[in-house]
Amino acid sequence: MALEEMRSPIESGCPDGFQYMHPVMRKNFGQWKYHEHPRPGVLLHVAKSGDEIWTVKAGTQRILDLYSLRKLTEIGDKYADGYVRFTIRSNIEYMVSDGSKVEPLIKALTDAGFVVGGTRNSIAMISHTQGWLHCDIPGTDASGVVKAMMDEFIDEFTSHNMPNRVHITTSCCQINCGGQGDIAINVQHTKPPKIAHDLVGNVCERPTVVARCPVAAIRPAMVDGKPSLEVDEKKCICCGACFPPCPPMQINDPEHSKLAIWVGGNHSNARSKPTFHRLVAAGVPNNPPRWPEATAIVKQILAAYKEGAKDWERINDWIDRIGWPRFFEVTGLPFTKYHIDNWRGARASLNASTHIRF
Amino acid sequence: MAKKIYDTPMLDELEKGPWPSFISGFKRLRDDHPDARINETVGSLLGQLEHSYETRKGYWKGGTVSVFGYGGGIIPRFSEVADAFPESKEFHTLRVQPAPANYYTTDMLNQLADSWEKYGSGLITFHGQTGNIMFIGTTTENTQHFFDEINEYGWDLGGAGPCVRTAMSCVGAARCEQSCANEHAIQRHLVNEFTDDVHRPALPYKFKFKVSGCPNDCQNSIERSDFSVIGTWRDDMKIDQDEVKKFVAEKGRQYVLDNVTSRCPTNCITLNDDDTLSVENHECVRCMHCLNVMTKALSPGDDKGVTILIGGKRTLKIGDLMGTVVVPFKKLETAEDYESLVELAGDIIDFFAENALEHERTGEMIERIGLVNFLEGIGVDVDPNMVSLPRQSSYVRMDGWDEEAEKWFARKAEQAAG
Repeated sequence: MALEEMRSPIESGCPDGFQYMHPVMRKNFGQWKYHEHPRPGVLLHVAKSGDEIWTVKAGTQRILDLYSLRKLTEIGDKYADGYVRFTIRSNIEYMVSDGSKVEPLIKALTDAGFVVGGTRNSIAMISHTQGWLHCDIPGTDASGVVKAMMDEFIDEFTSHNMPNRVHITTSCCQINCGGQGDIAINVQHTKPPKIAHDLVGNVCERPTVVARCPVAAIRPAMVDGKPSLEVDEKKCICCGACFPPCPPMQINDPEHSKLAIWVGGNHSNARSKPTFHRLVAAGVPNNPPRWPEATAIVKQILAAYKEGAKDWERINDWIDRIGWPRFFEVTGLPFTKYHIDNWRGARASLNASTHIRF
Repeated sequence: MAKKIYDTPMLDELEKGPWPSFISGFKRLRDDHPDARINETVGSLLGQLEHSYETRKGYWKGGTVSVFGYGGGIIPRFSEVADAFPESKEFHTLRVQPAPANYYTTDMLNQLADSWEKYGSGLITFHGQTGNIMFIGTTTENTQHFFDEINEYGWDLGGAGPCVRTAMSCVGAARCEQSCANEHAIQRHLVNEFTDDVHRPALPYKFKFKVSGCPNDCQNSIERSDFSVIGTWRDDMKIDQDEVKKFVAEKGRQYVLDNVTSRCPTNCITLNDDDTLSVENHECVRCMHCLNVMTKALSPGDDKGVTILIGGKRTLKIGDLMGTVVVPFKKLETAEDYESLVELAGDIIDFFAENALEHERTGEMIERIGLVNFLEGIGVDVDPNMVSLPRQSSYVRMDGWDEEAEKWFARKAEQAAG
């Protein structure tokens, strides 16, 4: 197409959400009084004006096909008021102003195969990334891992039985797009990249790749008479940072790309300051289609948390109280030399005290 | 030609179990959709995904695709195994910016679905981890057609690459009594000021805005954004003592001691003999715990504003960084308040553009140059709320001590004068 026939974009940016907001929410914007949790998956917010808005939250397969999306909108038209939103964890929320609509709406969602829940002290929908379906650097799949795990945790999604909410995340590489979580299941590579030397010179901007390495393990080299890169394998921490700028440095390995499990990430300021998640298990097989080994460890951790934590304690609060040695004891997970951090700032994670629980 | 159906024994395992199955959804598009283009694209995608499951490897590579006039917003994907699965050889994703807090009418969702049905694979995610609607799977040519169509009715691409990214907000004041800010206005003022930086990647690396209405930070802005805006308040929290008494009557004193007062990080809340609560508000750090437990009895004060934290990000390259306080408290009520917020963001982005190394996030830049150099660069005064502890190391030159102390007293005098 000739340039002059191309349509110029309208740079409208982020749209105004008020046009899509339930009229009761528009009317009472900034004027809410309190909220309650009438049952799992349902929130009731009451405004200072006395107006009510009822929210029904449902989990979906996240990667929606047109049929599932249209089913969700059809339910919204027939049983709700036609106003929805999506949460940060990709649940859909229907807002209705009349509480009598809640039960028929829940029934319609449940009959259509969606799962009402995910509120308060439940296991929330697992946040996830693209994986083998669409990412260019994934060590595993995302939607499949989450589907397999949510099949196991569905009863905890639809109830309020955990000490506090549990946010689980998954990530298909160490960049960790899934984010911090009470429990995070992330790919962990265990071998240095395999380099296709014949391709590096043409595909990769070599100084960029050298600069990308966090431990300065990559240097330019001539291999078989061609410009390439070589990796000091003793220094290499197998993080995969060189792979996105240089795909011939293949880090993903069907056998040696494993999963690691991290716990205690919490972005809320409630009680303690926000925390990052910490390593608890590694070497977990990346085992499609249902990743049973990873699920088993997550279940072990959740069982210990459910048993031992007090009400309102998130996983990091619980471990703060009982201590890490006890965490490894009650979960049955091994404590290894790899749990002791050696990255910059690691000294702050050592126990510089005689505070020891016996 | 008969449709090619690839065997998917591993993916079929993901049709079992009670959680909704994305694979079943894919198969409906492959088997039931009237448009052969969609049947073939999704059928081929299923074949490639099964191949990934069997070999435990991904087979997509990036490239360069955008729409006319923009430099980003599309995640290009070309198949490395296109010979085996040709109908999904081009499978790009369009990132589209939603409204703050992701509101839609069902009519609008249906309209978007209709447009995507014309040009795409029929797969959509609400939303990706950066906050965009992900329209997953279309060809280079249809990328332009789809964008042209939805751009006409109000939708614009988000960021991809080293640019200002799509922003995110919590549900906020639209539904939550704990909100201390207009998240909606904050997000749109910020990100729409930098539309050019969203569409034309030219920064050292990505730059993200996220907004949460209170310190519960439901949007996870402190860990996931370069510019985190979190609502808070600075006067006394509100206590409805009648509701406190009702709560105590219902749950018992011990419950309140165990779950409210003893969990306070600064021990500033006390249960009195008459079943009322008292709070030492000067010691309260606005952690939100007691408000979360007693939603009817306790609520934020009236003097609301935001705290701004800069530099949050995940692992690469130097390790995880939380955002840290750069503006302890800022009122956001008047047009001038919003102007100065946007001005601050502009100063930070300019400083970042000029001083960060390639592929370095704001947090990493600040770690490298020190917070004080950053603050001086953007013209923000130091404040003890920016640190959890003052300096430990004595290895520092302090030639300017007297002038700096003068500045502190001058600022104090200025504040006292109002």
